[in-house]
Amino acid sequence: MSDIILTIDGKEVRAKEGMTVLNAAHSAGIFIPTLCHHEKLEPYGGCRICTVEVESRGRTNYVASCLYPVEKNLIVRTRSEKVDKIRKVLLELLMAHAPDSPQLKELAEEYGAKSARFEKEASFCILCGLCVRYCAEVKKKSAIAFVDQGPKREINFIPEIASKECWNCKECFPLCPTSYLQAAYVLTQGLVGFKNS
Amino acid sequence: MARINSVKELEKVRKGIISKRDPNKPCVAICGGIGCLGGRDNLIHAFEREIKDQNLEGQVDVRVTGCHGFCAQGPNIVIYPEEICYVKVQPEDASEIVKQTLIGKKVVERLVYADPNTGEKAVYQSEIPYYRKQMRNLLGTNPKIDPKSIDDYLAINGYSSLAKALFKMTPEQVLEEIKKANLRGRGGGGFPAGLKWETARNAPAEIKYVICNGHEGEPGAYMDRAIFQGNPHLIIEGLIIGGYAIGAKQGFIYTRHDMPRLRENIDIALKAAYNYGFLGTNILGSGFDFDIEVHLDVGIFVSGEASALMRSIEGKAPEPRPKYTRTAVKGIWERPSNLNNVETWANVPQIIGKGADWYLGIGTEGSKGTKMISLSGNIVNSGVVEVPFGTSLKEIVYDIGGGIPNGKKLKAIHFGAAMGGSLPAELIDTPLDFDVMSKLGAAIGAGGLFVMDEDTNMVNMNKFFLDFLANESCGKCAPCREGIRQMLRILTRMSKGEGREGDIEALEELCEVGSLASLCALGKTTSSPIYSALRYFKKEYEASIKEKGCNA
Repeated sequence: MSDIILTIDGKEVRAKEGMTVLNAAHSAGIFIPTLCHHEKLEPYGGCRICTVEVESRGRTNYVASCLYPVEKNLIVRTRSEKVDKIRKVLLELLMAHAPDSPQLKELAEEYGAKSARFEKEASFCILCGLCVRYCAEVKKKSAIAFVDQGPKREINFIPEIASKECWNCKECFPLCPTSYLQAAYVLTQGLVGFKNS
Repeated sequence: MARINSVKELEKVRKGIISKRDPNKPCVAICGGIGCLGGRDNLIHAFEREIKDQNLEGQVDVRVTGCHGFCAQGPNIVIYPEEICYVKVQPEDASEIVKQTLIGKKVVERLVYADPNTGEKAVYQSEIPYYRKQMRNLLGTNPKIDPKSIDDYLAINGYSSLAKALFKMTPEQVLEEIKKANLRGRGGGGFPAGLKWETARNAPAEIKYVICNGHEGEPGAYMDRAIFQGNPHLIIEGLIIGGYAIGAKQGFIYTRHDMPRLRENIDIALKAAYNYGFLGTNILGSGFDFDIEVHLDVGIFVSGEASALMRSIEGKAPEPRPKYTRTAVKGIWERPSNLNNVETWANVPQIIGKGADWYLGIGTEGSKGTKMISLSGNIVNSGVVEVPFGTSLKEIVYDIGGGIPNGKKLKAIHFGAAMGGSLPAELIDTPLDFDVMSKLGAAIGAGGLFVMDEDTNMVNMNKFFLDFLANESCGKCAPCREGIRQMLRILTRMSKGEGREGDIEALEELCEVGSLASLCALGKTTSSPIYSALRYFKKEYEASIKEKGCNA
């Protein structure tokens, strides 16, 4: 199959059909920030930090580069006034939950996001779903899951599964962009212990 | 009933049904819509009992129908053959109606509609101003049919468009007819249905699907169920024709799990359609096979979003699918899946039956046909309305809706509920048109129209919509989930008169990011009501900051 040629930040990039804009950019050494992306997992499109500006058939759009498939003659801008604004506001929203996350702090500096713009929400979790998806897709255990919806959504370990599987695994811990998953996990463990005692 | 195996047989069956019916036989058509009876059957029982007690058994029919539309005056009944309308009918009125009207052929004056302003009485539907200004191409037959009876549908020429499509037209010709009619999706976006059909038809795949989105769930939107419950065969006929045009052999009807009555008539209709041979293999002997299955949601509004709905049919959590490929190309199980809403499908049989040229004669340049609207809020005549596109909002609110109650002034007209927008009273002459309304920031959406009087506070109104969305968003993507969380905080503060400097700017920024970066249509339009409020009612927002208190 012939390569697809697209332009990312003015640079001609060759990609294979079926690749995403994020894959193509990374393969060409062009950086796009991500929070919920992981090579071993299905693209998710939850954090939207990887949003880029694309121009296709004369129309400009803002799309999640981790999901958007490459196409012939596509023009991609990984930074623009709007893209930067989107990332800045998203970071400010997420820092209401995890103001001390090193990963968020680093990005906040780049995009001029103020960590205290929105009222604090002591959840520590930005719901990127890395732990949930890793457990389901790679480990096939689904010991941790999303519960509830909208702004009430949170992650929860399923005690019956977690008590059996998690002590010897914990592979999701280092994936967490806020480093606070552990706190939630330990808390749940405590509750499970309480229930079993 | 044996299967009907040809058009000839169909017409024979139809003739048989009609010939057995006496058009002069009296009939009491009781609106069984949710607005009128709300599931209470005592009015129906009262008539059945009276007919028995007054020895009219077998001489009078009682027909429980779908929504007649005039919810504010419900429960509504129509007495045939004279077509006398009675409004606000209670079970204790049954005896008098049977005695006076059915036996005595006299009108019961006290149950006749009277104009609240002029006191003028209107005995027939065609005389009631609420109905007179409408064009009820879809809703008009509701009082004439029992939705549980396929024979009633056949008696009004039902399934003749399907027969025409299958025997007189190729699938391509059906598609061209829909394209030519410029039928636009009634579910919210107004996207040309024909183009979507064409995309699905041209997508290379063996198996394709057509889906009817019967997941009506916005606050203030209740027009689809008038057809869904009141004329289910119309939707089924539309869906089969769509399947034929697109090359799909399987259709799905997706609806809510929390209202069993909503699907009751659809289930009955599907069973009857299978028995008669309008569904299943070799439909009417044409060689075309088509099946329909009903699927239920799992309880949140976002289930009605196209890709979430399709994931739900696959048996997964109803989260919007993170794909940029259109569902018409890759939908359910990665197969081409054409989704249209109830009203869109309901338009299909008449376009095929009467032709695109007839259809093009109704409406405006870019918006053809009629639109069903649910009229609610500060309005005298709340109900389900059907008007041709191009009707002005003024005609809808005043001539049909009867204006604002309690002598109040009109403040705003809101379309599209939680994902729509509000127009100020000054723009009341705006015509009902997909493109005009959307340019003004109040997209028609599915057709829920809220009327707001001068006492309405726009900050509180927007807070109400956000409260709704907070419960209905799936919470997957950050701009929608976190945007709603923070916007709701700001609006809650403002509604208490505790707005701060910078709140409006923050709202503007959250609206912009939410509309650009959210994953699905719900997230992208969460900001619409706030956008339109800031466009037309910004002063009110500023007041809730500067004056430390709202004016209502």
